[in-house]
Order: sequence, then structure tokens, then C-alpha cells
Amino acid sequence: MTPRPRVLLVDDHDLFRAGVRAGLGDAVEVVGEADEVAAAVELIAERVPDVVLLDVHMPDGGGQAVIEAVKRDHPEVLFLALSVSDAPEDVIAVIRAGARGYVTKTISGPELVDAVLRVAAGDAVFSPRLAGFVLDAFAITPQPGPPATFDPELDQLSPREHEVLRLIARGYTYKEIARALSISAKTVESHVSSVLRKLQLSTRHQLARWATDRRLI
Amino acid sequence: MVAGVAAGLARRLCVDVTLVRGGFILSTLASGFGLFLYVVLWLLVPLEGQRGTIGARAMADKRGLLVVVAFLPVLVGILAATSALNVGFLSSIAWSGYFALAGLVLIYRNAESDERAWLRQAAQPVLEIGAHSRRSLLARVLVGLALLGGGLTLFTLGHPTHAALDPLFGLALTLAAIVVIFGPWWLRLTRDLVSERQARIRAEERADLAARVHDSVLQTLALIQRSAAEPDKVVRLARTQERDLRSWLFDARRPGSADASEATLAAAVEQMAYDVETAHGVPVEVVAVGDCPLDDELTALLAAGREATVNAAKWSGAPSVSVFTEVERKRVSMFVRDRGSGFDPERAPADRQGIATSIRGRMNRIGGSVTIRSTLGEGSEVELSVARRSDRS
Repeated sequence: MTPRPRVLLVDDHDLFRAGVRAGLGDAVEVVGEADEVAAAVELIAERVPDVVLLDVHMPDGGGQAVIEAVKRDHPEVLFLALSVSDAPEDVIAVIRAGARGYVTKTISGPELVDAVLRVAAGDAVFSPRLAGFVLDAFAITPQPGPPATFDPELDQLSPREHEVLRLIARGYTYKEIARALSISAKTVESHVSSVLRKLQLSTRHQLARWATDRRLI
Repeated sequence: MVAGVAAGLARRLCVDVTLVRGGFILSTLASGFGLFLYVVLWLLVPLEGQRGTIGARAMADKRGLLVVVAFLPVLVGILAATSALNVGFLSSIAWSGYFALAGLVLIYRNAESDERAWLRQAAQPVLEIGAHSRRSLLARVLVGLALLGGGLTLFTLGHPTHAALDPLFGLALTLAAIVVIFGPWWLRLTRDLVSERQARIRAEERADLAARVHDSVLQTLALIQRSAAEPDKVVRLARTQERDLRSWLFDARRPGSADASEATLAAAVEQMAYDVETAHGVPVEVVAVGDCPLDDELTALLAAGREATVNAAKWSGAPSVSVFTEVERKRVSMFVRDRGSGFDPERAPADRQGIATSIRGRMNRIGGSVTIRSTLGEGSEVELSVARRSDRS
């Protein structure tokens, strides 16, 4: 059995941290808790956990600020964003800052454990809602005469990635997706990781100011 | 006609109301005294059926009184100007005009909301002088300056001796002195008034929020405490409240209210999910990609999707139902998925005829397609899909 991942919780609500801790149970080792941005950055640098469970909304910049402060010195620390907000701009912003996935706070204990283990293993975790946001953001066809910065490798989803995201949005698990597309679960994971990479690296300005123009086609 | 002062006076004096109104208008035109009297009466005479007068409230309104006092120097300036120019009748108008305006300010600050609304409407043209486009403002200022210049030129030409200009010059100096002395004070007063207004807006927002939290959140929390023994009900209450609060916070609209925003597919699907969730107590998760206006075909698609969602919520036994809609350039699809008991589509029990009539029938009529995948023990998925109208013609 692989060693349990070392997890650090960052959330400004004590009650919620206690709930997450109870939900994670013995599946992971919780090495610390922080309730504000500055304390979190310090604690992460000190303990260097495998995975940080990160609240998107906190005073002083929220999860995004934590990721940006830690990334420079500890690029090996992985982040999984937790949020009640579901506002597309927040979710996309924290993913673009470097989070490896996003789940809503209503997620059940076992599902959260599964998500943490997947992030710890280097995979990306997409909730159906995040998959929907990403599809939406990438669905806009670039204007004719694309800007010089447009990179088809990064700025478009491959048909297969599109298919995988649609199945995630429809509520399929990775295993179910693999079966539906007759591919291995590992391949599904690599598609999702590739989408995550595009999401983080693409310069499409739709991604930057995405939520302001929810399109009507 | 404005505040009912003339009518009230007429009733008291037992004369015709037109006579009283005529009197007010005539005395206003003659010296401005009528307007002054009208405002004073407005301040001092209580509204029918109300006890306190506006005047009593105005006396307690320190800031309002301060504003009135602050503009006394303007009156003094005008009086000085009129005496310098030897136009005596203007000074009487200035006196009464000043007090009438002062009264109106106090009335505005202390009146009931409907009277206040009336005053705002009446004052609108004046208040909007600066609100129009910058170009028209510039044009007006230029024209005003041109007129002023012309007037002054004529004035100087009309007087053979420049001696007559001296009092005018002195007057200008006095006015400038007044502005220099009292300007900062006026500025501070304006700032105070602005901040007071902002504080009032903030207070209103807070009150709105408090009302909102009380109406919905606290009520729901009370209900949840009472139903602590029934987990299903607690979850349902919490979900409903969450959806309600979320849509109020993020979408600035309340679910359950049929407004214009539901004219798009995504909003209608959200509403449908909310309805099913409320009716059957099973959480319905919606993911919508793309959006488009709701036409007849999509309304039929939505009705079929609702049927599928209700079926899943009622029969599958799944803890939740996922609904996914996608609007593409050429077609619109909707997937309703549950992880419940699953069923054999060929041998659906008689009471599940909803699939045949409500789902397949609807989709056939609009030329769409239905695919049902179901595995016993693993759950079901209903796929609905229709071409977009603009691409069919």
C-alpha cells in the first residue's frame, strides 16, 4: 500500500475544517490546519504537505493568493480547491493559479478522500460543474483572423478531450468514462490532465475574463 | 395641487379653491411672496389625518438647517447687487425666493416619501442640467458666456461714462470675497450631505439583507431544528435554501419567480431542477454548457427532460440526479442521469408509461431523438437531442 498522503487544510471556517477532517478519516494524514492566507503560506513552507485542501474564498486574496505565494518555493505542493461559490470566474481563476482540481464543499467524505488521493497521485480532479465551465470557456470559436498569440495546441480541446469532459459533466466517473469510450482509466486521466494544462497555460482571453460574457449562441 | 395647501386653506376659509390658488399665483408673480407663504404653510400645516407637521420635524433636522444657513451669504450678495443696481423690486423677490427655497429644502429632507418623490420629479430638469452629454453642456456654457459678454458690452456702451461701472466692479469683488470666505464651508457641507446619503443607502442595503436572511435563512434553520429526526427532510430544506440563497447572491434573481430571465434554456433548466427537487426531495445537479433563447422546440425538449428527471427522482432510488444540457451550433442535447436501480426499457411497468408518451412522443413531434441507456443495479441515462431550428429551415 502506498503511504498515506500528507494533507494540510486551509479554510477560514473552523466548523468546516473540523467537518473535512472528520470526513477524511484515516485515509490521509492531516499535518496541519490554517485559517488565513499568511498563516497558511508559512505553515505550508514549514511542513511541505503532499496536498493542500484549499478554500477558494478567504479574506486577503483567498486560495489564489496562497497558491501564488507557495508556488515559487515549493512547486511540488499540490492544491485541491474547495468552494461553495461555484462562480465560474473564481473557479477558473484558482485553477489557472495552479490548483490541480476543484470540488464543491457539499462533496461526501468518501468522494473527497478519492479526490485527494487522485490529486496526490498527480491526476487532475474535475467536478461535473468544472467540466461544464471548461467546455463553455473553450466552446467559443476563435474570431476569424486569430491574434498572434493564438496557439491551437493550447487554445483548443481535442475531440477526445471534448468527449471526456462532456461525460464528466454528465456525471460519469473516470471508470465509467473509460468503459463508455472503450479506453483505459489511465488514458482518461491523461486526457483530463491535458485539459488542465491547457486551462492553465492558454492565453485565450476568454479564459481570463470568462464569466463576464456568458455567450448566447 | 402640489401639497394640498390651497385646498386645505380653501376648505378652512369656506371659499372656492380656485380663488385661493389664484391668490397664491398672483402674489408669487408680483413679489414672490405667494411662493414663500405657500411653502411656509406647507411646513406648518399638518397633513390631513396626521399629527406632526413637517416644520416640527425640520426644526430637529440640524444638517438641513445648516444647509439653509450656509446659503444666507448668497442672499446677502443678491441683496447687495440689487441695491447697487437700484432695482428694488428684485430684492423683495430675493427675500421671499430665498426663504421659499430654504423651506423647500427642509420639506424635501423631512417629508413623507410620496411628497419627496413629487419634489424630485419637479426638480428633475434643474438637476439634470449637468447630467446630459458633455458636448451639450459645453455648448450651453459657451452660449451663456457669449450672452454675458454681449450684455456687459452693451452695458458699457450704453453708459457714456465708465463711472457707472464702478459699483458693478465693487459688487463683483464682494461676490468673489463671499465665495472665497464661504466656499470651503459649502464644499464641506456638500461632502457631508453626500456621505450622509451614502450612509443612508448602506443602511437600506443592510436592512434588505437582514430582511432576506430573516425571511429565508432563519426560517429554514428553525425548520431544520424541528425536523432534526428526519434526515431526508433536513437535506431537502438545506438544498432548497442553498439554491435560493445562491441565486439571490450570484444571479440577482429568486428562483420560483417567473421573470424574463427564464426565457433562456439554461435558466429554464435550473428552474425545472429546482421544481423537481422541491417536489420530490431528491437533489438535482445541473451543469449547463452554452445557452440560447427558449423556443417551442426547446420548450418541448425541456418538458421531456422534466419527465425524465421526475422519473429518476421518483423511481430510481438514487440519492441524486444529474442533468447536463449542451447548446451547440447545430443541436441542443440534454442528459438526465441517475445511479439508481436501473430498469429494462423494453419491459417498463405500466405506471412508467411516462417514457412512451411524455418523452418519446414529445421528442418525435419536434423531430428529436431519445436514447435510453439503463443497466439494472447501476442506473439509467436518458439522452434527448434536437437540431437547432435556425439550421433546419
